Amino acid sequence: MNGVVLLILTIGLGIIAWAATRMHALSFRRRSGTRASSLPHHHGWYVALWTTVPPLVFLAIWTATSPALVTDMVLKAPAAAQLPPTGFERGAILSEARALAAGQAHGAFHALSRSLTPAYDAAQTRIDWIATAIVLLLALAGGAYAYLQVRPEFSARTRIERVVLGLLLSASLIAIFTTAGIVASLLYEAGRFFSVVPITDFLFGTHWSPQSIDPRDPGASLGAVPLFWGTFFIGAIIAMAVAIPFGLMSAVYLTQYAAPRARRIMKPVLEVLAGVPTVVYGYFAALTVAPTVRQFAVAIGIDWASSESALAAGLVMGVMIIPFVSSMADDSLAAVPSSMRDGSLAMGATPSETITRVMLPAALPGVVGGVLLAVSRAIGETMIVVMAASGVATLTANPFASTTTVTRQIVDLLTGEAEFDSPKTLAAFALGLTLFIITLLLNIVALNVVKRYRETYE
Amino acid sequence: MSTPKITARNVSVSYGAKQAIHDISIDVGMDHVIAFIGPSGCGKSTFLRTLNRMNDTIPSARVSGDVRLDGQDIYAAEMDVVQLRARVGMVFQKPNPFPKSVYENVAYGPRIHGLASSRGELDAIVERSLTRAGLWNEVKDRLSESGTSLSGGQQQRLCIARAIAVDPEVILMDEPCSALDPIATARIEELIHDLRGRYAIAIVTHNMQQAARVSQRTAFFHLGTLVEYGKTSDIFTNPKEERTKDYITGRYG
Repeated sequence: MNGVVLLILTIGLGIIAWAATRMHALSFRRRSGTRASSLPHHHGWYVALWTTVPPLVFLAIWTATSPALVTDMVLKAPAAAQLPPTGFERGAILSEARALAAGQAHGAFHALSRSLTPAYDAAQTRIDWIATAIVLLLALAGGAYAYLQVRPEFSARTRIERVVLGLLLSASLIAIFTTAGIVASLLYEAGRFFSVVPITDFLFGTHWSPQSIDPRDPGASLGAVPLFWGTFFIGAIIAMAVAIPFGLMSAVYLTQYAAPRARRIMKPVLEVLAGVPTVVYGYFAALTVAPTVRQFAVAIGIDWASSESALAAGLVMGVMIIPFVSSMADDSLAAVPSSMRDGSLAMGATPSETITRVMLPAALPGVVGGVLLAVSRAIGETMIVVMAASGVATLTANPFASTTTVTRQIVDLLTGEAEFDSPKTLAAFALGLTLFIITLLLNIVALNVVKRYRETYE
Repeated sequence: MSTPKITARNVSVSYGAKQAIHDISIDVGMDHVIAFIGPSGCGKSTFLRTLNRMNDTIPSARVSGDVRLDGQDIYAAEMDVVQLRARVGMVFQKPNPFPKSVYENVAYGPRIHGLASSRGELDAIVERSLTRAGLWNEVKDRLSESGTSLSGGQQQRLCIARAIAVDPEVILMDEPCSALDPIATARIEELIHDLRGRYAIAIVTHNMQQAARVSQRTAFFHLGTLVEYGKTSDIFTNPKEERTKDYITGRYG
């Protein structure tokens, strides 16, 4: 009997426990006539949980440990005495015997594995019987313990509530632990990188060419300044030059000028922009915008303009960010009390004066927070720059020249054939860590700005 | 009574299908304060807002009838709302200073309307307005602090100072004391006394004692109609209409 069968068995027992307890609770409820604190199904859930959770916990542990137990038992079998003491062959024979026993393999390279197969079979059967017995025992013991507690005055309801609390808590803890795990692995890999390359070379070096690393001085060609400059140039300057004015103006139009009907139609349409997959933006940038930008540049006399220009990637990224800026600005404009607007209009100010002199200054912290969040999204954006930006790191402020970004380089470093402990691949983790720290700081600053703003109104 | 500043004739307002006020005719003059009283939802605030076209900010509002400021139709196509609101200022129910400094709050109107050509002139306007609003002595050392950091009563006087900074002819007050404590209320009432004669003042109030204290004319609204309109002393001591009498004696409302 394998794990899946035991799992189904446990759940079946749980359902039986639930139904039986519920019937029992229904009957004493009818008899006593008093108002019990818990409904019959609360009792049912209580017993069902006691019936299923201990066996499930056991099964989880058992699945992880039982292969080792099986192997231990096989090694005690007489046939195992002929095994080579250590090394690759010993492991190969054992796994071959295991596969034969499970019926997954039909022939064997080693004669010995065939003779070990009966031992495997026997061990596996024994282990399975032990597991089945323990599961049944735990389920019955847990179920019986809980069932005996079920009385009219027993408050199963509050206990179920505690279980729900535990479930919700563990769900949020999982997200936190995952984040911590990601940070830890980033830190570990970046630490390995910095043990080879001095951190100052990485952070302040202006030359980036991971394709031609000098093994004696890897730091000389792993200076990340051009990458961070490129990221900042595309994500924070060009993209924001598009996103801030358009996002802000559309928010102003939607909150202050648009008739309710127009707002009902236009706001969702604008939000669709946020739902477009970034890959789609990516090929829009690479196939449509980039050639247009280049043609334009050539037309105005810049014939060396790159077809992978910073401008093309930045423009499309800006369009992608518009809904973020717009919806943050929309929220903060809507949070400004309408009495401010009335007060200004009653002074004889026109709607546009009211917006620029009263509404926007009042909403500014929220808008700034939104812009910072948008920047942190833009600099972490990958797909557009992978498709539209260049792979060559140049330190330039010319929007028609090609630049690369941190995310683009990470993709380049980790795809293709490379051993996983060379400075070249490890550099990807250092880049990732630095990018993560930057976006983290941006988010913290942005959320603080937004929070401080809320305090002035409430 | 001298020539009225504002004459409103047969004014009706509806919000969508719902008629809020019906056929109201009232004069607002320079030589007196007029109070609009009546139970909640009677249309007194709606009427007040027709006098500076603040109902324009509500898309569903429709105004009919004739409102004239110095004989000029304020709903005429050639009427400039910016000019109108500079001449007819407004103070709201809840103090609504802008989230700017005290100085900038008062300077807001003069800046918009280009009333000062130099910083010195602007300073003078700010000081004069705050003085008239009875706030100068309290805030003269705090002009750069945020207007929202003042107390509720001070904020409301700041809003009055803001309104008079553009030198209006009429000031509309929409329940200006309803969010204030009795001491702050008394100060606003004193201020209304001081401002009388310089500006035509119309005040909406829920508080009948306040209407009796600050006004010389009173208009009683009920269910969107004007029930009775006359000298405050007459309305409060000798009302002609049964409904007025019931309301001011507290029978309903």
